[in-house]
Amino acid sequence: MTDTAGIRFAYGFGPAHPPVPVRRLLNDLKKPDDMVSRFPVMTTSQALREGQAFRKAGKAAQAGDAAAQARYETLRMSLRNAVTSGLRSSVARMLDTQAPLRERLVWFWADHFTAAPDNLVLRAGAVSYVDEAIRPYVTGYFADMLKAVVRQPAMLSYLDQAVSFGPASPLAARTGRGLNENFARELLELHTMGAGSGYTQQDVRAAAELLTGLTVNPKTGFVFRPAGAQPGAETVLGRSYGSDKRARPGDIDAFLDDLAARPETARHIARKLAVHFVADTPPGSLVADLAESYSASGGNLMAVTRTLAEHPQTASAPLRKVRQPLEFIVSALRAFGLTGAQISTLPARDMRRMLVRPLAQMGQPFMRPPGPDGWPEAPSHWITPQGLAARISWSRALTGRLEDSVSDPRQFLEQVLPGIAGPDLRFAVPAAETRAEGITMVLVSSEFNRR
Amino acid sequence: MTSAFLSRRTILKGLGSAGCSAAAWPFMSGITMASAPWDARLVVIVLRGAVDGLDVVRPVGDPAFAGLRSGFGNGVHDLDGFFALNAGLSQLMPLWDAGELAFAHAVSTPYRNERSHFDGQNMLEAGMGPGSAPGERRDGWLNRLLQASPGIHMETGFAIGRGDLRILAGDAPVANWSPDSRLSLGSAAEQLLVRMYRSDPLFRDAAAEALVLSRDTEGLQSASARTPGRPERAIAEFAASRMRGATRIASFSLSGWDTHRAQAREMPGLLGRLSDTILTLQRGLGPVWSETAILAVTEFGRTVRQNGSQGTDHGTGGVMLMAGGAVRGGVVYTDWPGLSEENLLDRRDLMPTADVRGYAGAVMQGLFGLEQSMIERHVFPGLDLAGLPEVVR
Repeated sequence: MTDTAGIRFAYGFGPAHPPVPVRRLLNDLKKPDDMVSRFPVMTTSQALREGQAFRKAGKAAQAGDAAAQARYETLRMSLRNAVTSGLRSSVARMLDTQAPLRERLVWFWADHFTAAPDNLVLRAGAVSYVDEAIRPYVTGYFADMLKAVVRQPAMLSYLDQAVSFGPASPLAARTGRGLNENFARELLELHTMGAGSGYTQQDVRAAAELLTGLTVNPKTGFVFRPAGAQPGAETVLGRSYGSDKRARPGDIDAFLDDLAARPETARHIARKLAVHFVADTPPGSLVADLAESYSASGGNLMAVTRTLAEHPQTASAPLRKVRQPLEFIVSALRAFGLTGAQISTLPARDMRRMLVRPLAQMGQPFMRPPGPDGWPEAPSHWITPQGLAARISWSRALTGRLEDSVSDPRQFLEQVLPGIAGPDLRFAVPAAETRAEGITMVLVSSEFNRR
Repeated sequence: MTSAFLSRRTILKGLGSAGCSAAAWPFMSGITMASAPWDARLVVIVLRGAVDGLDVVRPVGDPAFAGLRSGFGNGVHDLDGFFALNAGLSQLMPLWDAGELAFAHAVSTPYRNERSHFDGQNMLEAGMGPGSAPGERRDGWLNRLLQASPGIHMETGFAIGRGDLRILAGDAPVANWSPDSRLSLGSAAEQLLVRMYRSDPLFRDAAAEALVLSRDTEGLQSASARTPGRPERAIAEFAASRMRGATRIASFSLSGWDTHRAQAREMPGLLGRLSDTILTLQRGLGPVWSETAILAVTEFGRTVRQNGSQGTDHGTGGVMLMAGGAVRGGVVYTDWPGLSEENLLDRRDLMPTADVRGYAGAVMQGLFGLEQSMIERHVFPGLDLAGLPEVVR
């Protein structure tokens, strides 16, 4: 029996990635993570700096400055290209990492804390948001990730916290602005406790007042502005935070620590992990054990990940989830043995043709999820007529470019799906009219697309 | 392995050998035994991002209007002495003159206060009533119409494009395809694919639908390839071609309406895309245009006052568009609330005086000859359709 941990928890098999036991995937997480330095992206602060110059050039150009117009266009292209570069580096990291489970966890948590601002500058720093607020904590503490996320311009801007001010704050009095509950609501509903877990509209409102002060300076990024904070203490979920003294971010952190420690949060996160990695309707006892592991470890995500990966109900669950488009693409590239260096040198035109556009056609445009609840989990969302057609067409095109790297489609099948391919796939691969079509069959098979 | 063109029959046979009967295959039986429950056609365009209704159909006769917006340009066509149409929709004036274009103004969904695109679109597409939570129902109102209609098949309802279209999602089967979708494998490879997928129903069904639709739409792909940069034209051409066939209800999205900044610069392009879409549908529908209604709806309107960056922010009341040979047009349907400050919602938004769902229900009722109670019970639970104007000929 092939150990399928590398399919469920990594990006599948290839010449450089034979099947490994789950223990190995977990141990790999102890290795230092050098992916960010090896495949860098535009950082949030770089994006903000460029954004500032971009706005300045835009104003000057409107006033008729021709040189500024050129500068404006250059900066616009630079910010635009940063999104594609972010995809390039993300794929390169997934291909080259010594700890593929880390990349899977990074993107799971990035999706949990979806921040997809529709703004050129913050979009340019989209992967940097993940690098700064998610990646360092995927084997650390959930509470620390939470506290990092609420300090990110991408999140504060995406869920309108940046424009939410205490109704009785000096800043609201001066500007006429007020409270925006959006972030507070999603924080409770999506990020921590989960919908219908017992908090009230009053809790949302009080949490929103407590969160005021967290905002964004378009030039420098995250800032806590006491002048925008609602004065006085707030009572959320029966506990009081803050005081009549000057508002402090520490009051917010205390609230976030309490939220992270709640049993509702443990259960919500346990369920999401099980749904993503195991099954759309995961076994109740698996979810319970994950929640228990979360609570017992004080929200330590390494402990929870270990419980998930080593759980007997995980090992015995059939591979019925579907690789999301980005995972699918990376798994296919890995099956051909492609490296991060090769992706790094892919010309921009090929990037668009082979990665950017196909991702959108498969239904997962890079860093543009449909809403703050992230990408859908259900296999039926991804394997639609148009989504599957896009996977097939992309696979055929990729195979046309890379078939020379494969000597025999049957060997390719054995390497990529050892002991996993069903009889129909084993029939189809050698029955195909050409080598390229044989390889394509492997990539488009349900066995390859499920995990 | 035959190299002959893989016909639908071959696919069916291939599936048959996998132990799958045509009855368990609604899509295939639909294609081969097309019989629609109605003759009329309905297109619902979801305008995502919140359209500024006050800019599209301007209440120039309202004494307060001129003072609220100064930077949005003056190009308009008079409609009825009170309302004037943004010049970005100039190309639609012949439809207005022919009585095939109407608007409903100061309308909204029951969604209030939060002004989130995400929830607003959920409410719009789910079609739920006041007090229901966004996301409470996962199915859309067009799907519920199909659920309650006898004799529908897989292509009666057609969701076009790549994004989620919750308005058509639900338990009733609907077709899904995007005109830029392609599936070009050799016929031998296609047969292998069918065999390979036969034990995984999710892949089997998606592939079967994809194989049929990609073939049916081959000609269209080359036509739409001639108009690069106009994805909505390709979508409209595709929708029209399906509706000349078995499809009776089609839906797709046009996004980009979130005009927080430089609205006067954004609007002509957006409105150009909308009018192009409608005129492409008209051309493509040919003789069935006379029994067609097109609705263009949005999640909410925008603030009455322009903001500090020559745009508008999220509001409430707005406009919906109705076009087509079946529409009783040349009218702006409205119970106008007025724009003076005391008449605004929260002193900032156009006060909605009618429910978008009411007009949509009235159109469906007239178009498909449905019982009022059927719409009130199944499509828009709890909605009262009484007293709405007859918006369909």
